[in-house]
Amino acid sequence: MSDIPIGINFHSSFFELFGIPLHYNVERSAIHGRYLELQRIVHPDRFAGLGERGQRLAVQYAAFVNEAFDTLCSPLKRALYLLEISGHPVDIEKNTVMDTAFLMEQMSLREDLAEVRGCSDPEAAIEAVRERAEALMGSLKEEFVSYWQQGESGFAKAADCARKMHFADRLLTEAEQLEEDIFDN
Amino acid sequence: MLLQISEPGQGPDPHQRKLAVGIDLGTTNSLVATVRSGTAQTLPDAGGEHILPSVVHYGSQCTMTGGEARRLAAEDPLNTIISVKRFMGRGIADIQGLNGVLPYRFTRTDQGMPFIETVQGEKSPVQVSADILKTLRRRAEETLGGELLGAVITVPAYFDDAQRQATKDAAKLAGLDVLRLLNEPTAAAVAYGLDDGGEGVIAVYDLGGGTFDISILRLHKGVFEVLATGGDTALGGDDFDRCVASWILQHSGLDMAALTPEEQRKLLDAACEAKVALTDEECIEIVFKDWCATLDRKTFNSLIDPLIDRTLKSVKKSLRDAKLKTVDIDNVVMVGGSTRVLQVRERVAELIGKEPLTNIDPDRVVAVGAALQADVLAGNKSADDLLLLDVIPLSLGLETMGGLMEKVIHRNTTIPVARAQEFTTFKDGQTALAIHVLQGEREVIETNRSLARFVLNGIPPMPAGLARIRVTFQVDADGLLSVSAREQSTGVEAYVEIKPSYGLSEGQITNMLQDSYAFAQEDRSARKLLEARVEAERIYEALESALKKDGNILLLPEEYNHLLSEARRLAEATKSQDVEFIIQVTEQVAKASEVFAGRRMNAGIQAALSGHSVQDLADSVDNSDRLEE
Repeated sequence: MSDIPIGINFHSSFFELFGIPLHYNVERSAIHGRYLELQRIVHPDRFAGLGERGQRLAVQYAAFVNEAFDTLCSPLKRALYLLEISGHPVDIEKNTVMDTAFLMEQMSLREDLAEVRGCSDPEAAIEAVRERAEALMGSLKEEFVSYWQQGESGFAKAADCARKMHFADRLLTEAEQLEEDIFDN
Repeated sequence: MLLQISEPGQGPDPHQRKLAVGIDLGTTNSLVATVRSGTAQTLPDAGGEHILPSVVHYGSQCTMTGGEARRLAAEDPLNTIISVKRFMGRGIADIQGLNGVLPYRFTRTDQGMPFIETVQGEKSPVQVSADILKTLRRRAEETLGGELLGAVITVPAYFDDAQRQATKDAAKLAGLDVLRLLNEPTAAAVAYGLDDGGEGVIAVYDLGGGTFDISILRLHKGVFEVLATGGDTALGGDDFDRCVASWILQHSGLDMAALTPEEQRKLLDAACEAKVALTDEECIEIVFKDWCATLDRKTFNSLIDPLIDRTLKSVKKSLRDAKLKTVDIDNVVMVGGSTRVLQVRERVAELIGKEPLTNIDPDRVVAVGAALQADVLAGNKSADDLLLLDVIPLSLGLETMGGLMEKVIHRNTTIPVARAQEFTTFKDGQTALAIHVLQGEREVIETNRSLARFVLNGIPPMPAGLARIRVTFQVDADGLLSVSAREQSTGVEAYVEIKPSYGLSEGQITNMLQDSYAFAQEDRSARKLLEARVEAERIYEALESALKKDGNILLLPEEYNHLLSEARRLAEATKSQDVEFIIQVTEQVAKASEVFAGRRMNAGIQAALSGHSVQDLADSVDNSDRLEE
């Protein structure tokens, strides 16, 4: 079977799958076209005639493509993925020693979020928290890239960045959930 | 025997067209549609009626569906099942929670959906839905003159896993092969999008008899990408009727509890008539028993405004989920009979700031879209023209310590999707783990829907916290979930037991299938033979066309010849009268072609990466006369 052109398989990286260089900076709009192209090929609807087995296989492929797209579009997942495929997987639950400045910023954001419900304009208050968390995420992204580019010597610091991103990401999710709760009532 | 291979680019002969339909299984009305002569049309019954009221009457002598059953609703309300879709995949508590008049007698079951007592015995909501689907299947087969290859059946986008599974079970009972469960708003978008060749962001506002859906989609070059979906599976035109009915009771001084089931039905019918009439009239006279009064449109609007408010709240929520503003919406599409109510149209137009599109009949548009998708899935039309990327409407997760839900897949995630989460044991030497699968948005498990409970057995005994149990959620293109679990540290595949909380068990379905054949006096073995042949032919044709297209590129000569002979073996088997034999050969051939299918997908991805077609890749490969035998 060696002379048969076998394509990308489950072991190829998400970057290869999307035909982009192995780099942290990925623009959603730049890979969206490729995403649709890949789904056109692997989506289970393309294999409706193949019966249950074919469907199962296509579901796995399509899920793989979706996972890849989702990972590449998320600043946090992308960072964790890059570290993982370079042999430095991060256990997000462990080694959570953060520098003081970051912890202070975290606490201040959390306090603001906790006080949202008492505000006269809760929506604006959430928006303010969100903007700050987004800004934090933005600077973490830049920081990550600079450590990442150092190669082996920068991986540990890049991993710290990813952990901080995890905090920022969770804060953004909580802000969203809170907004929803307020909106629903 | 030689395989018949048509020229590339040529479609199959008209007489070889696969008979596939789209079915809109609605709360109030159902329809069946198919693509004929290039256009999708709904199919009428012998009397010229396209719409089949979703009503089943179980009489002591016979079963009736549609309009004739509907006419018996007031006379025999307990044996005439209306709006059964509201009970699909629901427990007794949910059904009792449905506001309004339910004259039926429910039988409480240990678990799952309650059954409805009728003179023909207990009927599951799945059986009632199957009776509606059977009527549509027969209509289609009589009109089109042949056995159906399969059907695309639409469901509200906001249907959860239990409701989807119940719908699929109903199709199975009705003898239909489900090509795909398709979300109703997505179907409507297909009908509009392909019609206009439009591009951009579409909002589909779908208000039916009993369900409300909102979907935000982006259409680009034939790809319909659902960005967000939301809704309410217990809100629809039926609730408008109930508002008017309450108004009648309030002003007539009558008490609902004092009305007989027959009178309750008549009250709802009077309310529904008033609602419909108020689309054209400014005011309408309502007569109920010996009471009479006038209802004007303004009063009617004020009665239903709180319900419309709820739908608009869902619209705003979905827009937020899609990270869009109302100005980003290029088109609003109105779907469902309840969007005929003027106040609904006006308030949606006011929110979005655009006149909604209503040029395709809102009752038929879903069936039409489903038929277009069925045509593609049956292989009659190139799949290059149409691709639907849908999302999961509600988050899926697991119960964790403290009665909280840990989300594994978030709502509005594009499907198919597979996600895994790791868990560990709580006690030393623990060998089993109870896993509770949930669907919903809230943190506390009680407010979410319980989908299934598993017991994972066979975990090797070890200290607490050391076992690594990986639970994988997979959602397929129908939006249906499957869950598997395995213990990672030892590599031991553990045993998983699934008990669907609101579904029917395999055994129940099998029994019902047998009962329904006996009741309808259909020849069961003939039916099984036909089904086996349809499946065998489907596999054969898929393999044939795949071999023709990529066989000489992706297979070694001996592999190619092997699959070719397998295909022939299957074609031969199809002629057999032995059902088990056909099924067996179909299984074997499907398995034998699995590697080829995998390679085709890989090659497709490879080709997409390099920007070339599979054919281009093949140019370097020797493709001599392997097709000739």
